[in-house]
Amino acid sequence: MNEKVNTDLSAQEREQYEAVARVIEQYRQKPGSLIMVLHAAQEIFGYLPMELQQFIADGMDIPVSEVCGVVSFYSFFSTQKRGKHTIRMCQGTACYVRGGKKVVEAIKKELGVEVGGTTADGQFTFEIVRCIGSCGLAPAMMVDDDVYKQVTPTKLRCILAQYTEQDEQGGETA
Amino acid sequence: MADIKLTINGKECTAPAGSTILEAADLNNIHIPRLCYLPGIHKYGACRICVVEQVSPPARNLQAACVVAARDGMVIETNSPRVRIARKAMYELLLSNHDQNCLTCSRNQDCEFQALGRELGVERSPYEGARNVLPLDVSQSITRDPNKCILCRRCVSVCRNIQTTAVLTAENRGFQTVITPGFGLPIGNTACTFCGQCVVVCPVGALKETSHKDRVLDALADPKKYVVVQPAPAVRVGIGECFGLPAGSCETGRLAAVLRRMGFDAVFDTNWSADLTIMEEGTEFLERFKSVLSGGDATLPMMTSCSPGWIQFIEHNFSDQLDHLSTCKSPHEMFGAVIKSYYAKKIGKKPEDMYVVSVMPCTAKKTECARPELQNDGVPNVDAVITTRELGDMIKAMGIDFLSLPEEEFDAPLGLSSGAADIFGVTGGVMEAALRTVYEIITGRELPFPNLHVSPIVGLEEIREATIKLENVKPEWQAAEGFEVRIAVTSGYAGARKLMNQIKEGKSPYHFIEVMGCPGGCITGGGQPRPRQDINIVRQKRLEAIYGEDERKPLRKSHENPALLAFYQEWGQPGCHASHEYLHTHYVPRGKYNGLTEEDFVVKAQG
Repeated sequence: MNEKVNTDLSAQEREQYEAVARVIEQYRQKPGSLIMVLHAAQEIFGYLPMELQQFIADGMDIPVSEVCGVVSFYSFFSTQKRGKHTIRMCQGTACYVRGGKKVVEAIKKELGVEVGGTTADGQFTFEIVRCIGSCGLAPAMMVDDDVYKQVTPTKLRCILAQYTEQDEQGGETA
Repeated sequence: MADIKLTINGKECTAPAGSTILEAADLNNIHIPRLCYLPGIHKYGACRICVVEQVSPPARNLQAACVVAARDGMVIETNSPRVRIARKAMYELLLSNHDQNCLTCSRNQDCEFQALGRELGVERSPYEGARNVLPLDVSQSITRDPNKCILCRRCVSVCRNIQTTAVLTAENRGFQTVITPGFGLPIGNTACTFCGQCVVVCPVGALKETSHKDRVLDALADPKKYVVVQPAPAVRVGIGECFGLPAGSCETGRLAAVLRRMGFDAVFDTNWSADLTIMEEGTEFLERFKSVLSGGDATLPMMTSCSPGWIQFIEHNFSDQLDHLSTCKSPHEMFGAVIKSYYAKKIGKKPEDMYVVSVMPCTAKKTECARPELQNDGVPNVDAVITTRELGDMIKAMGIDFLSLPEEEFDAPLGLSSGAADIFGVTGGVMEAALRTVYEIITGRELPFPNLHVSPIVGLEEIREATIKLENVKPEWQAAEGFEVRIAVTSGYAGARKLMNQIKEGKSPYHFIEVMGCPGGCITGGGQPRPRQDINIVRQKRLEAIYGEDERKPLRKSHENPALLAFYQEWGQPGCHASHEYLHTHYVPRGKYNGLTEEDFVVKAQG
């Protein structure tokens, strides 16, 4: 573990680093597997802060600049702490012309965040993506791994409420 | 492999197999405009300026000549209407988000991007790209201006592939792409060694040395300051190129003359201090060697400490191996310490009235002179460090006609030096200089190599080594009789990393290692004039020039320098108490991500 990461870790963070270390162990001999490791690390931590990128660079024995170059290139990776749920509103051509822009405005207003931001209560991170391959369902939106079709500002409220309620009940995703 | 034959612009051309289209064209005196391509360093195809039309075998798209291999029977057009239009459009697109304040740019009229626009006949800037105005990033050594960057990635290549430091990278994508140390960190707070190789290869004003020109001018204008100047060995084989002379010109005499014209109160020479370094470092090696011979626990191999880029490198990457470093300050820092103590006293000045300017082929020396441990009597050993390039600029700004100057000498006594000092500027030189003295101390005889050159370590290969057998030693060195001293020399961090890994694994067979941070040593340091031809040719020419300077000297060994011997009569012995206080130093474990220290080398960003 690098000199910065090693200090002041909570028990939970230590466990998370150990989990990432196991992933690195699995992939370090395979060239070109950095993206797989980053995916897994983002699953574990929820985001990829600098210290984690340094930890991955050391583990994979590659320069941290390479890790940082990849992380910053792909919009899927985040270096900011993320909300519990990620909303990905599609703004590909089909979704855009079928009213996607209105939904974007509605999400901003409903949640009080800008694109890329996370709500103050840590519930939602809001992102825009360019095409999720569901043009037949336009305008399409994803919340975590669920895809919602033909979203309108009215439907939006019901969808989001579902996630808030579900969390209150501690239930699983439908 | 047999040569290949191809047709370029209707001309039958021959090139060695494996050549790119661009290399084949160059060999046949056909010039293809290029921007990012840099032989030996960067073959990347980033800028697309070198596109050519591949007529046969037919290719739909234009090909980047710097990366596409030339093949037998190929027919290439480098100057067809289609190529000219594409090339110009490519340039205009690069221009579309470039900061176009050329008149106030430090690279004005010395800019490869600007020169290319002229070459291509670009007379307008039709596109307006999205521009992100980013702040300047100023460290003690290097200033980054991302707004002038054209994303050619030469700096990334030299940092990652040549130096293996891999500090610089491309972050983000599209118009947001920026070449940076990553995470928005200032370069002065990273594992950058400040070697400045990125500055040398930058075609525009995006990477440059942090200027000390104003500091020097202020000191020269201050009547209360006694301003002493000292140029490093490699400066004399670099400065001529600032005035159009060919690579390999040695300008020692005019260098002394021009520094005098600039108004320095004393024109001394870092060379004197290189001789001093040999006495201190040679003595240190002998002490460690003696200790090991008698079963002591001194650390070997001992490694040289003249190159501040190398020092930063080891502090960041091998912070648990710092005991291998010689404790000697680098020559110009030793010199500053002597000027502000011994010499100040001699001329009746206080240390704080002395101002020491170093002219260096190096950007890392700027950071070095800011290191808090390189101070004595409450004042820094060295106050300002200007690069060879900055000196060239200052001479021009002062209106001095360098080429018409007579050849003069450096001032006595601290301007006198041996040939051993000259070769400090080239890889292998510090080791050779040390051996000329150390061998003689142990055996009483001259180093047994023709012309005193330790031929196995002369050259530019990544790692060179030699074994020196000690025979018929002096009585006091009886313990060393028959001992084979193994030495190694490297320049650039790729070789240094290999030697350090060997040490870390306990497998190093060496007793004494010389490391210089820049490939080739100081002659091609980060502060030297940017080469106007292939860097490998320039490096070889400067190397020959510096060995030539050594051979012209009547004295070739540091311990024969009479000015140095006179100094030691008053100062004491090499390694004495005063030496330890003024001429030796310690190092700071920093860690890969600066986690082991609170220190950084960030200068507040300028407004």
